[in-house]
Amino acid sequence: MHIPDGYLGPITCVAGYVAMVPIWAIASNKVKKTLQAKQVPLLAIGAAFSFVIMMFNVPIPGGTTGHAVGAVLVAILLGPWAATIAVSVALVIQALLFGDGGLTAIGANCFNMAFVLPFVGYAVYRTISGNSPITAMRRVVAAGIAGYIGLVTASLCAGIEFGLQPLLHHTASGQALYCPYGLKVAITAMVGEHALIFGWVELIATALVVKYLQKQEPGLLQANREVVK
Amino acid sequence: MKTMTKLWIGLGILAIASPIGLYLPDKLKAGSAWGEWGADEMKGLIGYIPSGLEKLSSVWNAIMPDYAFKGWGGKGLGHLSFAYVISALIGIALCIGGAWLLGKFLSGKGR
Repeated sequence: MHIPDGYLGPITCVAGYVAMVPIWAIASNKVKKTLQAKQVPLLAIGAAFSFVIMMFNVPIPGGTTGHAVGAVLVAILLGPWAATIAVSVALVIQALLFGDGGLTAIGANCFNMAFVLPFVGYAVYRTISGNSPITAMRRVVAAGIAGYIGLVTASLCAGIEFGLQPLLHHTASGQALYCPYGLKVAITAMVGEHALIFGWVELIATALVVKYLQKQEPGLLQANREVVK
Repeated sequence: MKTMTKLWIGLGILAIASPIGLYLPDKLKAGSAWGEWGADEMKGLIGYIPSGLEKLSSVWNAIMPDYAFKGWGGKGLGHLSFAYVISALIGIALCIGGAWLLGKFLSGKGR
């Protein structure tokens, strides 16, 4: 889901940054108010976890690859605004150093994976887990479903961004200037592969870590609850 | 052992295991992610390289493109796996550094 340079035209690239600048500003503000000094290491681990989990490319045999992002897990532990910061750090480093995701597309990529993904996932997690105890199995299920829905929603956003390009930019003869695939093809491909395969990887990763923390350190799962109120 | 220590160790294990993300796609003949094709691949798909894509695609020269060392494109899976682990370790270190500094800066100012 790391959109490279050249796939999005200037309008979408600028729109991505225009959307993200206030989101980053609000996220900084929220994190400033809620993040406790002792949670800083967890924020760092969250960014690093997101970075490395994205390197685990999962293949569709004979087809394409994809991966989990880990953003919903960070949102469950530290809240969605902190997840925006952590995943943005990972995405910027991936783009600058490793050419994974374009420089011009950092705004759009952060919007999809560092904003839409953790916020949708977090909303699903809160809704499903309700008032259940912190160690309830229901929270493991909630975390998994949240990861799945979050990732699929983010892939829908990426599909829309890809698919808008032939409408926004083309030559007089109809040749594409940027991504050549329209909304129907792009959304079908992005949502299809994430719903069928990669969403399940996010589901399993998110649920497993929450299950592990319930056993080892339920305090970590609790911390964000106080912060939110 | 403290849980935080275990989480740090977990990150290290993920870094060392990361070549799985290189090896599996190779063995199962999976190509690029959708929408992340290089300009040449794009030509194979639609018959031409969109002119804007061609211009913008080289706007940035990453230091370690595709989580490998420059010029390692044609190397074998062994070499690439080594570069992948190094990339994971560098990336993890930078993420920790970046997020830590940001977190310190933000949490310190909130008091």
